[in-house]
Amino acid sequence: MLQTFFDLDIMRAALPYLLQGLWTTLLLVALVVPLGLAGGLIVALLSTSRRRSVRWPLVVYVDFFRAFPPLVLLIFIYAGLPFAGLELGAFASVAIGFFLNTSSYYGEILRAGIESVARGQMEAARSTGLTKAQAMAWVVLPQAVRNVLPDLVGNTLEVAKLTSLASVVALPELLFAARSAQSLTFNPSPIVLAALIYFVLLWPFVRLLSRLEHRTLAGR
Amino acid sequence: MAPGARPVLSIRGLRKSFGSVEVLKGIDLDVRARELVFVIGPSGSGKSTLLRCCNRLEEPTDGSILFDGIDVLSPRTDINAVRRRIGMVFQSFNLYPHMTAAGNVMLALRRVLKKGRAEADAIARAALARVGLADKAGSYPGELSGGQQQRVAIARALALEPVAVLFDEPTSALDPELVGSVLQVMRELREAGMTMVVVSHEMGFARAAADRVLFMDQGEIVEEGPPAQIFGAPRHARTRAFIEQIVRH
Amino acid sequence: MTRWERFLDTFFNVEVMARYLPKIAEGFVVTVELALLVVVSGLALGLLLAVVRTLRVRVLNALIVLYVDLFRALPPLVVIVLVYFGGPAAGWSPSGFVATWLSLAVVLSAFAEEIFWAGILAVPRGQWEAARSTGLGALQTLGWVVLPQAVRMTVPPLTNRTIAITKGTALGSVVAVSEILSSAQTAVSFSFNPSPLTLGAAAYLVLFIPVVMLGRWVETRFAWKR
Repeated sequence: MLQTFFDLDIMRAALPYLLQGLWTTLLLVALVVPLGLAGGLIVALLSTSRRRSVRWPLVVYVDFFRAFPPLVLLIFIYAGLPFAGLELGAFASVAIGFFLNTSSYYGEILRAGIESVARGQMEAARSTGLTKAQAMAWVVLPQAVRNVLPDLVGNTLEVAKLTSLASVVALPELLFAARSAQSLTFNPSPIVLAALIYFVLLWPFVRLLSRLEHRTLAGR
Repeated sequence: MAPGARPVLSIRGLRKSFGSVEVLKGIDLDVRARELVFVIGPSGSGKSTLLRCCNRLEEPTDGSILFDGIDVLSPRTDINAVRRRIGMVFQSFNLYPHMTAAGNVMLALRRVLKKGRAEADAIARAALARVGLADKAGSYPGELSGGQQQRVAIARALALEPVAVLFDEPTSALDPELVGSVLQVMRELREAGMTMVVVSHEMGFARAAADRVLFMDQGEIVEEGPPAQIFGAPRHARTRAFIEQIVRH
Repeated sequence: MTRWERFLDTFFNVEVMARYLPKIAEGFVVTVELALLVVVSGLALGLLLAVVRTLRVRVLNALIVLYVDLFRALPPLVVIVLVYFGGPAAGWSPSGFVATWLSLAVVLSAFAEEIFWAGILAVPRGQWEAARSTGLGALQTLGWVVLPQAVRMTVPPLTNRTIAITKGTALGSVVAVSEILSSAQTAVSFSFNPSPLTLGAAAYLVLFIPVVMLGRWVETRFAWKR
């Protein structure tokens, strides 16, 4: 049993291939997280608008992509859009799909963060002559980010895990590499190895998140 | 009503340490039936810990506690059976926020004494009437004032027909204008002959109602005696300093 | 044909949709079954683990923390693939349905344990003390006094996490579960038209928008006056 799931020879042989996949995974994370954060920030800032015509479509955007399984979105972009003559390829499909999904989550989190900052903060900053943008950037946002830090870390962790879905559209990231190696060797060890890599990579963030969450609860 | 001769609560050599800090340094105390013992002392003197050891909310490090003839600290003792016979009233009320006043009183009646719904309900209503809250049976704690909440907590303890009730600073968390209603209930309890140990800063109440006052400091009982002695002619310098400080404020 | 008509014909082809509606409906039922099983078993297991953790047995707690950390760190799809493709090597061949169910339930239980545990810790100590001082035992106190308050506090985060993980039922398509997504994909490959995917997407919205609303209802239902 141990021999089957922890076949060291197979693991050693699969490792270079898996590391290559890991590289793609990291590349995806490095692309999707900053883009998602930037998109989310725009969504959050626009959500504080007083105009209904601005706020309302954003609510729809956020709720739509939050109620939508990311894999369905990905398949739609990857396998559906080519029918409309839009052939994006695996990497672009994944990047766009995850951007839409991730930015709506980050947007919702940041919006909640901005709303959690007392109104008086904005008023105090404006009363000292700061413009609205300056007040937002220097006074409100830093507090907002601190208030929702656990959720931001949590969502970033989710993004890292989300990248495994790219394997479904044959993007050779970590899970895809592991599955290819598994189907070649008829042995599950490569998948076990991939799981270990994910765990080693993400465990520190899970611990950090756990600590942040408990600190928030204790502070209440 | 005069205290009886029989001790209900008998504490010998009680010690309690938190880590390397000894909070109780050998307490000896007898509380007789129908007696009201009042415990005063500066914060950190171990008053609350003493009360909390009596029903083992804190586990004493050493010593013995006999309650109504039962060895409280013996591992063979069913502590839950002892606890329902020692009522406890907390500084912060600790009412269950998800239950009505009647629900708070009924919980232990139903789950510990296994009484039926109708009987538990009748007992709960009688207990609430006793603390002057017959009309608040259906209210949630959040809808009651602090004084009313504390009286519900007293009713919760009384409903179990305890042999004695421990009060841990029952009025410290209350606004001044709400203190009176709680003290009134405690006065009535005393007149009905309930055995009580009260940790509190309400010196006026102690003077009027206590049989005996203990002054605790740094984990020891420094001095004890009738209220007239402790407040009027304390023998110990530490007691005198504490009383003077209280009176000045 | 105008560009707009061509778009409609491609993604909202009524004829194709009508033809594959029954298949998608079957997938819908499978998704609902899978989601319900995952939610019920995942939450129950999470609650059980949180209750065990209150006993504060050192070895057990260390194991629970490891379990929780492990399944919070692993992508659900990795767990599904491991169970489905690894199972046979251990002499156990779960169907795609069972593999998806077990994997998602385990992942949900890890998150739920963490949330329940945080809720239990957030109930003030005085609540335990008050209940114990009236003679209630530890488990009675947990069941009647602490958990009702803890669960109330945990409803919002738990609802969000539960929705996120039930959306993961779409991952079942990877291991040949004929749920909505996989039915839609099959239909696309037969009809050479992406309209079934549109239909599938709509099915997910039909399914999850009520779930979100149910979550809000539960939240107000559990509220008590403070």
